[in-house]
Amino acid sequence: MSIWEYANPVRFIRTADRVLPWAAALTAAALLVGLIWGFFFTPDDYRQGSTVKIIFLHVPAAMMAINAWAMMLVTSIIWLVRRHHVSALAAKAAAPIGITMTLIALYTGAVWGQPMWGTWWEWDPRLTAFLILFIFYLGYMALWAAIENPDTAADLTSVLCIVGSVFALLSRYAVNFWNQGLHQGASLSLDAEENVHDVFYYPLLFCIAGFILLFVTLVLLRTRTEIRARRIAALLAREARAA
Amino acid sequence: MMALLRRDLTLALRSGGGFGLSLAFFLIVVTLVPFGVGPQTATLAGIAPGILWLGALLACLLSLDRIFQLDFEDGSLDLLATAPLPLEGVVAVKALAHWLVTGLPLTLAAPVLGLLLNLPDGAYSWLLLSLATGTPALSFLGAFGAALTVGLKRGGLLLSLLVLPLYIPTLIFGAEAVRRAADGLSPATPAMILAAITAATVALIPYAAAAALRINLK
Repeated sequence: MSIWEYANPVRFIRTADRVLPWAAALTAAALLVGLIWGFFFTPDDYRQGSTVKIIFLHVPAAMMAINAWAMMLVTSIIWLVRRHHVSALAAKAAAPIGITMTLIALYTGAVWGQPMWGTWWEWDPRLTAFLILFIFYLGYMALWAAIENPDTAADLTSVLCIVGSVFALLSRYAVNFWNQGLHQGASLSLDAEENVHDVFYYPLLFCIAGFILLFVTLVLLRTRTEIRARRIAALLAREARAA
Repeated sequence: MMALLRRDLTLALRSGGGFGLSLAFFLIVVTLVPFGVGPQTATLAGIAPGILWLGALLACLLSLDRIFQLDFEDGSLDLLATAPLPLEGVVAVKALAHWLVTGLPLTLAAPVLGLLLNLPDGAYSWLLLSLATGTPALSFLGAFGAALTVGLKRGGLLLSLLVLPLYIPTLIFGAEAVRRAADGLSPATPAMILAAITAATVALIPYAAAAALRINLK
């Protein structure tokens, strides 16, 4: 029994069928608990007022935007090394979710920044890095869409994902050099002196868990769809040959 | 390798449009800027480093799809791939040829265009130096983008979308070096990081580009 057995599409679909209802239910539960607790049962911040509560969407979305790219990097490498189709399709399935998370993080950040910093947008390193990540997602998805042969598309997007990761990371530190930031530093680290207060911390953990589960659910769902779409295309091609 | 370099250079020079066009494009971008932002010399001097770098970068982008496209269409890329020369070497030579016909002339033309934008005195040598160290990275990254999109019918726009985000670090450090020189600060740090990016790109990108070419030629 090893993880590679799930590289078999049939086995993957069977497992996904079994896991999906549970994953979806857990996602809903975690998000409901986290968001309701966060929005209605936490106090207002004494300086930020109720705008502080946008943290419950902003932080988990931003985390998943980066983690989705990291997952695409891992699955791309697995595809290049071991040629499991499920891996390539999972990377393809994750990209639109990742770009949506990036948009949510940028949007909620702008909504929070308008009353707090007095501006919708600031060329702060973190904001800029997220905008760059957004462009990388766009390029990756455009390359998938542009190439007809699915195996060639999987190969080329995997190479792009690896090179893109290096340059996205490089850009992340390059923008630090280029402009000073307004954005607050990390405030969820386990070892830091100054962190978010416990009142916000616990509901935030639920929200983060909810977003992770949401991501897992959506990736499973979309990968299953991609596998089925691939199978339909194969069946149609076979019928066209027979006719 | 020398034969391939000579062939690529001859083709680029004789087919016309190669480096003449990107130089002309650089000139017109720089000429258009004062029309857009107004002719105040102080404003122009402030944005000159960024505009010159951005103009050179865009001019470089124009001719990227020529790196592999024509050879792919007439089949000579297949021959090059089966030749004893490793494909990584082919990529490196072609990127070098691209730099010699675009990056190098752009670098040499930049100080003249800097005069048009009222670039401060101390910045000219650093403009030359930063473009000379930065543009090879642009050519090599461009070769990678060209290798990814070589099989596509209309890959031009997609090529820009793929390559431009990869240009961000080069642009940041290149323009920063010139800006610091223009402000009378020491540009050594960004210039050294820029040189490091170029060195790493030139060393590693041919492998990624050759991998992409192999996939497209399969």
